[in-house]
Amino acid sequence: MIEWFTLVQVAVACAAGLLCVVLGLAGRTPADITNGATALVEVLLIGQLVVAIVAPLTGNTPTGSSLEFWVYLVTALLLPALAIFWGLVERNRWSTVILGVACFAVAVMVFRMHQIWFVQLA
Amino acid sequence: MTTTTPRRSGGLGRVLIAVYGLLALAATGRSVYQILSEFDHAPLAYSLSALAGVVYIVATIALLAPGNTWYRVAWITISFELVGVLVVGLLSVLDPVLFTEKAVWSFFGRGYAFVPLVLPVLGMLWLYRTRPRVVDQATAAPVGTV
Repeated sequence: MIEWFTLVQVAVACAAGLLCVVLGLAGRTPADITNGATALVEVLLIGQLVVAIVAPLTGNTPTGSSLEFWVYLVTALLLPALAIFWGLVERNRWSTVILGVACFAVAVMVFRMHQIWFVQLA
Repeated sequence: MTTTTPRRSGGLGRVLIAVYGLLALAATGRSVYQILSEFDHAPLAYSLSALAGVVYIVATIALLAPGNTWYRVAWITISFELVGVLVVGLLSVLDPVLFTEKAVWSFFGRGYAFVPLVLPVLGMLWLYRTRPRVVDQATAAPVGTV
């Protein structure tokens, strides 16, 4: 895991989440900007997936449980895709809010992944 | 005149269901991992987390499914969650050794950003808004489509 990339990813996911929740509450249906923001979150997650595969080969291994790390990563990868799909099926403002909820959930999960990789309290 | 149950899965309810689904996923997934890898660390807390996860799954389905029976199931599961988070939250404050912060209901759901504490209250408000009522079918307006 690359620390700066991970922190940028958390920031982007929070920003995308905020954007989607605000536009959703303002009554917008999912559009290019909100779907695009969520897709960006997904693309960064795929980047994280590549990093998580390559990093251990270069000696950069998680300090915590790698199983737990992977459960978070795989689940996080599903969320933006599911939320975008939901928005395509049901076109109303609440689908935009749900895009935002998915982005915030990804932010929390990436933050947890960061803790598992770098920070061990016990 | 007939009794109708307004749709619970419309409008704002969709967001509620999405968040419920997310919490169900988080609680179930994490507790399964905890039970498999470190059950001895806090058996009671992790067992309760797994139970909570299953109840969240049932609550998610009950909110999605139409009809009076599911409406009752939704009330039962959501009340169970509220009681659970309050009782376990209180116990974990009184006897921190018993519970770990990684469990869903410990410390009123602090490890989950207090979502487990807030969600049942929002759920109950939503259920109250979409309660079954006797209406004249001719003038019945869809409720819950905000």
